[in-house]
Amino acid sequence: MSATETTTLPDSPEDKGGPGQALLIVKDLRKYFPVRGGIFGRAQAMVQAVDGVSFSVEKGEALGIVGESGCGKSTTARLLIGLTEKDEGEIIFDGQGLGDALSLRDLRRGVQMVFQDSYASLNPRLTIEESIAFGARVQGLDDPVGRAHSLMSRVGLDPARFASRYPHEVSGGQRQRINIARALAMSPRLVILDEAVSALDKSVEAQVLNLLADLREEFGLTYIFISHDLNVVRYISDRILVMYLGEVVEVGPVDAIWSRQAHPYTRSLFSAMPSMDPDNRTKTPPLSGDPPNPIDPPKGCRFHTRCRFADSVCKTKAPRLMELPQTPGHLAACHLHDPASGHPKAGQEGLA
Amino acid sequence: MALVETSEAAGPASAQSGYWSGVARRLVRDPVTMICLGIIVALILSAVFAPWLGLADPYKGSMIARLKPLGTEGHLLGTDEQGRDMLARLIYGGRLTLFIGLMPVVLAFFVGSVLGIVAGYAGGITNTVIMRTVDVFFAFPSVLLAIAISGALGAGIVNSLVSLTIVFIPPITRVAEAVTSGVRALDYIDAARASGANALTVIRVHVIGNVLSPIFVYATSLTSVCMILAAGLSFLGIGVRPPEPEWGLMLNTLRSAIYVNPWLSALPGLMIFVTSLCLNLLSDGVRSAMNVRD
Amino acid sequence: MTDKLVDIRNLTVRFKGGRTVHAINDLSLSLDQGETLSLLGESGSGKSVTLKTLLGLLPPKRSEIEGDILVNGTDIRTLSGKALQRYRGGEVSMVFQDPGLALDPVYTVGNQIAEAVMRHKGLRKEEAMDIAFDMLQRVRIPSPERRLKNYPHELSGGMRQRVMIALALACRPRLLLADEPTTALDATVQIQILLLLRDLQREFGMGVIFVTHDIGVAVEVSERIAVMYAGRIVEEGTTHEIINDPRHPYTRGLLAANLHDVAKGERLNAIPGAPPALEAPPTGCSFAPRCPMAGPECTAGVPDFVHLGPRRRVACLRVEPVPAE
Repeated sequence: MSATETTTLPDSPEDKGGPGQALLIVKDLRKYFPVRGGIFGRAQAMVQAVDGVSFSVEKGEALGIVGESGCGKSTTARLLIGLTEKDEGEIIFDGQGLGDALSLRDLRRGVQMVFQDSYASLNPRLTIEESIAFGARVQGLDDPVGRAHSLMSRVGLDPARFASRYPHEVSGGQRQRINIARALAMSPRLVILDEAVSALDKSVEAQVLNLLADLREEFGLTYIFISHDLNVVRYISDRILVMYLGEVVEVGPVDAIWSRQAHPYTRSLFSAMPSMDPDNRTKTPPLSGDPPNPIDPPKGCRFHTRCRFADSVCKTKAPRLMELPQTPGHLAACHLHDPASGHPKAGQEGLA
Repeated sequence: MALVETSEAAGPASAQSGYWSGVARRLVRDPVTMICLGIIVALILSAVFAPWLGLADPYKGSMIARLKPLGTEGHLLGTDEQGRDMLARLIYGGRLTLFIGLMPVVLAFFVGSVLGIVAGYAGGITNTVIMRTVDVFFAFPSVLLAIAISGALGAGIVNSLVSLTIVFIPPITRVAEAVTSGVRALDYIDAARASGANALTVIRVHVIGNVLSPIFVYATSLTSVCMILAAGLSFLGIGVRPPEPEWGLMLNTLRSAIYVNPWLSALPGLMIFVTSLCLNLLSDGVRSAMNVRD
Repeated sequence: MTDKLVDIRNLTVRFKGGRTVHAINDLSLSLDQGETLSLLGESGSGKSVTLKTLLGLLPPKRSEIEGDILVNGTDIRTLSGKALQRYRGGEVSMVFQDPGLALDPVYTVGNQIAEAVMRHKGLRKEEAMDIAFDMLQRVRIPSPERRLKNYPHELSGGMRQRVMIALALACRPRLLLADEPTTALDATVQIQILLLLRDLQREFGMGVIFVTHDIGVAVEVSERIAVMYAGRIVEEGTTHEIINDPRHPYTRGLLAANLHDVAKGERLNAIPGAPPALEAPPTGCSFAPRCPMAGPECTAGVPDFVHLGPRRRVACLRVEPVPAE
């Protein structure tokens, strides 16, 4: 399997909608988790993990999702691959809606996932070869073992040395390569990487990022890359989606967001990155306190409790995700950017 | 913490030998466990091969040779209240006692594992139904439960087996459920589900291998309790019926001889004690040999 | 006697067990009064082991420790019993990565801090509670009088780490050891805790050793950085020197891997390979197998430090020493 021969993984689900059709469209995705308590274990409250999330991913694109714990980015990932059942909303993969034209089993041919914890995501009792071949075997693809071997060499693990080893016998970086090979063994078109490099040491992380970039180019893969590390997200993604308490607050091309963060939360997230300049260290934290509990999120704009620009309208009216007039494709959900919102500072530029 | 950190770096080192050979190596190094294992194996072998050991007939009594003390010629361990050879009865008794003592745990291991794995993997309403039912049995002390079920079913070997199996299913189910829910939460189960595998395949390939050994270790720790319960049922007359040789029953019938020949009447009790002690120590040894970070 | 707050000389730590792990190999390190030093390294570099050694927390049966560890002029390896208890928590205290595990779940926040103060300072309960209240204020916990009565599980992650810091500082230690205290926190909370630690260090004038794997975090909190690799310090200098003029190839690789100013799509300059197994003591430069500049002389012997200035040192044969003036 060399780079010149194939542009997709062998046996990849065939393209249906053509290049103009987005690979994945998510509409109004919603998932609430009940918090059970009391003697009868009844739902006492709802965690609004994902609340009305919509976005799309083009073919061959890498979309980065950032946000803090409890923002719903991991739940979104699990919903996309059907590990958690959605309450409401549509998931449309290459023009086919999940549940209509597309079964969960077929969706899982097209979408695969790499998890954060490289150790917990491998069965300790299976050899590396068995782990990688498992999915292909389940899906009835031919020659699962041969596939496993060729993918092992592709991710930089010599099959002769590693095929019969167990997960605890290899290092963290090698385990994550195995997880990537395992995901690719299903020949997916979309790979969801949920904090896939976060647990790795920095020097190993760079190797895995290089590998991911190569694989994407070689097999024409589409990525959804979830991370809390903005630098990593910038390196790998074409577009960034920012989530806060189960909602999308901003989405746009990576360069546009990097040069100008439209939502105050995104701006705080960027200024919270440790400075790399010892002469110019961070003076004041951009936000105080922890993110609020997603069990009972604030009314109106969910960020208003921590926002410097919050006004009375923010407490009552939830802002809609709107395209910014200056930069097409860059959307933010903030009253500041909606002249009709009634926010006193709406439409003003330079809110530093 | 520190050791975890350093061993991570040592990870890419040469491949280590398999898990089970490590367990075996640690077991061999543990003298107490090895001695206990030896005793148990000897007991089982002697019970199985009892007819070929050239022993006296365990059922044939003699009115004139009753309650002979230990060391009597022709009767190394003396004779019981009907003049039957004690050595033969003790060794033949091992057949029934060990069978009724171990079999319920084996049966309960299978039933309990299935129930627990299903409950732990499925979660939700299935879990609630299975586990709440199991909880009902926990309301009764195990001895009381065994006596009650045996009493209701009547004496006999099969009924003892059934009642003891019922007693041991709930604790094994509970452990199996706990271990399975732990494994269920791990990412590799999600990864397997995400690959499109159905629940049965996921359980077969990814769950069973990872939950069976802790359940097994727990089950072995129940064998000594089961031994004592089985013997206890026979002692109370709701287990094995005379004239079958069985240690609990023998303890009961020799009870009246305790003032005549105390050593003789203590023999079946000693067998029960030694066997259950060895089973207990053996299961402890197995547990610590298997309990490594893997 | 020494005027250093911490003076570690030729420390070697080995763990015994199924196999020997050479966790720390001939490490020397010093810290002045009121100084903040970051120990920067990846997993297995020995940074956490160094902290635990300083607090005497390593399991005595399984670890072999050689070398001198002087804190405030006392060799802490001679301490035991009461003296060791006074030293831990009184003279030196520690902030852990996971405050959820380090705080006792069955006592209120106020009781935990007060108990530590009573034990070390011999104060009465009311006085100790006043100190606990004062500490919560100093770590900028909103409505501290209410929080005193809270149990750890009632607090958010960031709040718990603030309580952990209050607990560590309640007895006014001269040395604070921080083991990745912000790694488990969200970005917007992490920066708050880092700035808080920076302010408190100035306020209390204590020395701080801060263990982290994140260069950005080290830059935010510390004046000096010591980079560790495979149980040894490979480079030490001021934060400014390490960031702007890294000399050791490993430090350079780490800085490049931080992706701080990497253009999108550009190939990352990754360090190849993985850190070495620590089963044998080093016979050469441990980084040589991954180093682009390595030659046969690098594996021939453990490289000595090249001193580039006062307290600026690099353990690499490729670095030219500065001629003595």
